[in-house]
Amino acid sequence: MLTKVHTGLEPVPGVWWKPAHKAEKIWVAVAFVWCMILFAMMPLWHWKGGQNPSGVRRRVDPKAFYARTVAFANQYKVGEDKGLPIVAPPAGADVYVTALTFQWYPILKLERGKEYTLHLSSLDVNHGFSLFPINVNFQVVPGYDYGLRVTPTATGDFRILCNEFCGIGHHTMVGRVIVVDEAGRTVSDNAAAAVGQGGQP
Amino acid sequence: MTAAAVPAPGAFRKCGATGLLVHSRAEWLIKLNAVTAVVALLIGASAALLLVLTRWQAVHLLPAVWYYRLLGVHGMNMLIFFIIYFEMAVLWFAGTVLLNSRPAAPRFGFFNFGLMVVGSLLILWMQFSGKADVLFTSYPPLKADPIYYLGIILFAVGGLCVVGQYFATLVIARREKTYVGSQPLVVYGATTAAIIAVVTLLHGALVYIPTFLWSVGLIPAVDPEVYRLLWWALGHSSQQINVAAMVAIWYMLGGLTVGAVVLNEKVSRSAFVLYILFISMASAHHLLVDPGFGPAWKIVNTSYFMYMAVLASMVHGFTVPAGMELGMRLRGFTDGLFGWLRRAPWGDPGFSALVLSVVVFGFFGGITGVTIGTEQINILAHNTLRIPGHFHATVVSGTAMAFMGATYYLLPLIFQRKVAFWKVARIQPYLFAGGMLMVEMGMTFAGSFGVPRRHWDISFSQAAFDVQFNPVVDLFLALMGIGGILAVTGALAFILIAVKSVFLGEKVTEFPRGSAIAGIPQGLTNPPVHAANVDEINEQLHAPSRGWMGATPGTVVLVGVFFLAFILYYFTNWKLLSFLWKIG
Repeated sequence: MLTKVHTGLEPVPGVWWKPAHKAEKIWVAVAFVWCMILFAMMPLWHWKGGQNPSGVRRRVDPKAFYARTVAFANQYKVGEDKGLPIVAPPAGADVYVTALTFQWYPILKLERGKEYTLHLSSLDVNHGFSLFPINVNFQVVPGYDYGLRVTPTATGDFRILCNEFCGIGHHTMVGRVIVVDEAGRTVSDNAAAAVGQGGQP
Repeated sequence: MTAAAVPAPGAFRKCGATGLLVHSRAEWLIKLNAVTAVVALLIGASAALLLVLTRWQAVHLLPAVWYYRLLGVHGMNMLIFFIIYFEMAVLWFAGTVLLNSRPAAPRFGFFNFGLMVVGSLLILWMQFSGKADVLFTSYPPLKADPIYYLGIILFAVGGLCVVGQYFATLVIARREKTYVGSQPLVVYGATTAAIIAVVTLLHGALVYIPTFLWSVGLIPAVDPEVYRLLWWALGHSSQQINVAAMVAIWYMLGGLTVGAVVLNEKVSRSAFVLYILFISMASAHHLLVDPGFGPAWKIVNTSYFMYMAVLASMVHGFTVPAGMELGMRLRGFTDGLFGWLRRAPWGDPGFSALVLSVVVFGFFGGITGVTIGTEQINILAHNTLRIPGHFHATVVSGTAMAFMGATYYLLPLIFQRKVAFWKVARIQPYLFAGGMLMVEMGMTFAGSFGVPRRHWDISFSQAAFDVQFNPVVDLFLALMGIGGILAVTGALAFILIAVKSVFLGEKVTEFPRGSAIAGIPQGLTNPPVHAANVDEINEQLHAPSRGWMGATPGTVVLVGVFFLAFILYYFTNWKLLSFLWKIG
């Protein structure tokens, strides 16, 4: 009943479809169950979890998206830093950020605990949205609008790094997101990001 | 009809160690591809040293332009040239030597090799002259010189034709009855790799031909998201060629070094079939936080349709060590749970490379890969240093390490040369694997703090806003840097050994049984043959009285430890994810 002893280098004569040993069977069963758990975790997190990369996704003309971003920035502009507008949209608003070589436009000022729909897209090439220091990462693809519903859970002065190679100046591409509390204060519970650099929000 | 009767007489030689028939043309094709692979490894490893010394922020060696340029060169040479040339050698070896067969259309094989070399040279020329600063992935609308894309197309066409020749060789071997019964498992694994290669290279054609036409102005645009989908069907699936080839080599080295047996052909072969069926869905691993695809598509594809390819790897992760354990026990090394491991030939670089490849691939590469390839957890990992931390564990510590181990056996068997610098060769796998493990840990931990991959300057000295990473990141990058120096030293030692052996090595055609000769791995002079009554011993080891752990209790314990590590790492990452902002 056992297969004749042979190595993987030898041809196998006759029928090799034979029952497996017990330990092997058990391991295959354990691995199979584990694979089902791995699989179930993802739909489960969509149902019960708070972090999903779903969002609203649609194609968009890159220039039209940039124009929409500029209009959004003008509408809710509350200040300026390093030549970029600081934009404070109301809770629940559609918020636009355009990535272009080598900046994130504009600077956002959001309120803790409020939900926004954050639209990300690119004017030119692929970019990578990486929210520092909490390490939230999304791909930014030209021609595609990625509308993510986000709710900041902590105040602070955050950065947006670019983590997709976008050209030789890639490593200079940093944007800014400010999260304030209900009273409008940037209480920094976010030790790694320096507060108050450049213009005050 | 005997094998030698079909081609010209004298075309075969009989191997002094294994008794297998080696065709002279096939031998040449194996040699050419293997040597070219080593040249690519040299270029890639030299670039690796400069890159790691740049990412180690305290050293920060290269200027920005050369960092990005050499990053493209490194990716191309390691992931494409080194690995695919070596796989071409594996295909020629498995199709001809292991089946005692002649190669199909060897002249066409030389032509295809030439095509691949021309493609490689065009790519390198464009990269080094700064006309392809688009990194390895070349995502449009970033655009390289058309010659760059042309080079890739030539390389892929050459590779695809060799795969076709491999299938033709299998047909010849079967028709000329050069072996009895079913293909050996190792050949079956190589066939798996070849089938996945066809799928992969066809995606390569689908993505690079339109991109080439776009670069010369014949079509107006390439959709960036469609490109990413198709490119990763090439880029990730090609890593699954490596996995299949690597697992085949695990079975081969197990058999050569310790007489590893195949526990059950049905289980191992079914696992290979699962690879073929599901592994091409892995393109999705790179698109989990992309705007082009919905959750259902992401979940089904990233999990290889309910993790069936992961199941396959977990099966091999059991059957390979269990086969080694049983092989050792059948030869009398039966003491305790781990006597078979303690008394294994750790000084044989073929064996140590095998074990290190299995362990680091499984524990590090496998566990991190499944975890960061989870739809939501990818939010924490996408494009951070965790990604290269993962794939260096699979492709370098896994595949490249296995290829190195195989080389120590191919040098005497195919090149008929002793392994040069034998004392260095005996420690080379440990040096290389140890260094790489430091690189992988440094990258993974730094990436967990959000340090991006493919980034010249994480001090952001030229950026508009300041960014200061947690100071512990410097420690992880130093770990990566020091590990990188060790690993490159290990890689260069391997290259030196291979080159010296091939071109200046001592000729060896006889493998006197029972002798210990420096430069010849122990598996060739002391082949791990089983006793005549091995099937009886096998029955005894499998006696029901031995309990559910059966004949391989040591392996049961080892996979138990692996499983616990897997569960712990996986759920820790879900916990970390739950601390983030609400995102949906």
